[in-house]
Amino acid sequence: MKLRNPVMTASGTFGYGTEYTDFMDLGRIGGIFVKGTTLEPRQGNDYPRMAETPSGMLNAVGLQNKGVDYFVEQIYPVIKDYNTHMIVNVSGSTVEDYVACSEKLVGLEKIPAIELNISCPNVKEGGMAFGTSCSSAAQVTRAVRDVFPGTLIVKLTPNVTDITEIARAVEAEGADSVSLVNTFLGMAIDAESRRPKLSTVTGGLSGPCIKPIALRMVWQVYHAVSIPVIGMGGICNWQDAIEFILAGATALQVGTCNFIDPSTSVKIVEGIEEYLLRHQIDSVTELIGALEIP
Amino acid sequence: MKQLDFTVRSNEQLNDQTHLLKVAPWGNEQLPEMYPGQFVQILVENAPHTFLRRPISINFIVPEKNEIWLLVEAVGEGTRKICELRSGERLNLLLPLGNSFTIPSLPGNYLLVGGGVGTAPLLFLAKKLHESGYTADFLLGGASEKNILQRSDFKKYGTLYYTTEDGSLGEKGYVTHHPLLQDKKYDFIFTCGPKPMMEAVARYASERAIGCEVSLENLMACGFGACLCCVEKTKRGHICACTEGPVLDINELTWLD
Repeated sequence: MKLRNPVMTASGTFGYGTEYTDFMDLGRIGGIFVKGTTLEPRQGNDYPRMAETPSGMLNAVGLQNKGVDYFVEQIYPVIKDYNTHMIVNVSGSTVEDYVACSEKLVGLEKIPAIELNISCPNVKEGGMAFGTSCSSAAQVTRAVRDVFPGTLIVKLTPNVTDITEIARAVEAEGADSVSLVNTFLGMAIDAESRRPKLSTVTGGLSGPCIKPIALRMVWQVYHAVSIPVIGMGGICNWQDAIEFILAGATALQVGTCNFIDPSTSVKIVEGIEEYLLRHQIDSVTELIGALEIP
Repeated sequence: MKQLDFTVRSNEQLNDQTHLLKVAPWGNEQLPEMYPGQFVQILVENAPHTFLRRPISINFIVPEKNEIWLLVEAVGEGTRKICELRSGERLNLLLPLGNSFTIPSLPGNYLLVGGGVGTAPLLFLAKKLHESGYTADFLLGGASEKNILQRSDFKKYGTLYYTTEDGSLGEKGYVTHHPLLQDKKYDFIFTCGPKPMMEAVARYASERAIGCEVSLENLMACGFGACLCCVEKTKRGHICACTEGPVLDINELTWLD
């Protein structure tokens, strides 16, 4: 899969792209990772599902979506004409769910890739559970690899002791790329009411507050695997983007900052272009992993 | 929906916590079409603990001045920063967001019930109802007289009734205790304010088979349907308060179940 530029948008922060067409030209970015999709429709978790934090937010949406059949029948016909790569984020409670959901996306001409979400912290079954052990991460990757011929990206959770082990495990089972990081498990408490701020008590932390940890993990994984790394975690401007590329990311996903400035991703594309001109660099690929350690 | 820079034309403090900001597009941009019940998302700058935009109801539109009024209560750091904006300063808005109150197709007895700063979208609605040739009553409640805002503005469009918890203006107690609700038969009620107040109004309307719309104030991140954080549980499942609301018919809600 060849991207027009390395800037894409992260699943769960960009809907199906449709939500952003008033604010920006989708054709300016490299790709869109659409909302997490499951075999069956899901209502998601109860309200409240969000708590603001300094430089970030916790969410506990819980993969609310109308299911893969609805996606194929109702959403795909609308988004297939968007002038960028549309990548479906696939989640599930069992290996069979992941396989069945992925199979339904095979043959959709404008879906060149799927992103296996083995890292959602907000569902009771499956989700992150698959991404926290090498054996289950490997198992689900292999099972989907066997049925999905397109580009297979596996989205990793940072809620592990050593993320490089998981990255190597999914690479060994045929993943074409890894994307990292999903959200960090966190929580928020209201001191006055003495209650949790999220209906699920815990949720996933995202935004600029996680950037330094995400950057470190991208750097570690870049040195541990041979497949391309897609970096994400609090990217809000072109400087953040360049930092992730220097740490080893081949491409990027802009996530939570889309909520604050819906045209963030386009501004990052423009900022990277200016940076390349200013430094007289022909291609952004020259910067991948080009971190200079004195 | 648009993302636009605005300039603050004036910032008037209405009580200890509440400010009325009158804003207009920074350049020559014309305001998009907007309807009562819709809201804007305000970017908050220079506030270290505030990450997300703040959703604020459209209080009023002055088309001939290309001006929007925003009624903002300083409840935390984000809204306090907005209240500190001075004339001439810039602010960035996403607008207009959400759906709107349903303007009735026939004349009738209409009641607008607002609590505290929740009266904000009702002023714009009052004007639209007035322009449609309808008469409306306004029942405004608050903790004290100083919390009943923009009374002279509301007076232009209908008859005002008040309740205050301390009895400093109008009847003492909550809006649903006002004798007006026993004396007069309404055809439709619009309400916005604290959830317990809206629940009480919804119950009153439901028991008398009066149509009623409420405007939700759910916590939200994006404001345009991408994050799925502001959901309201309705009879047809979770819906986004930001795109399928904030205005909902009480028959859709599960509050009274």
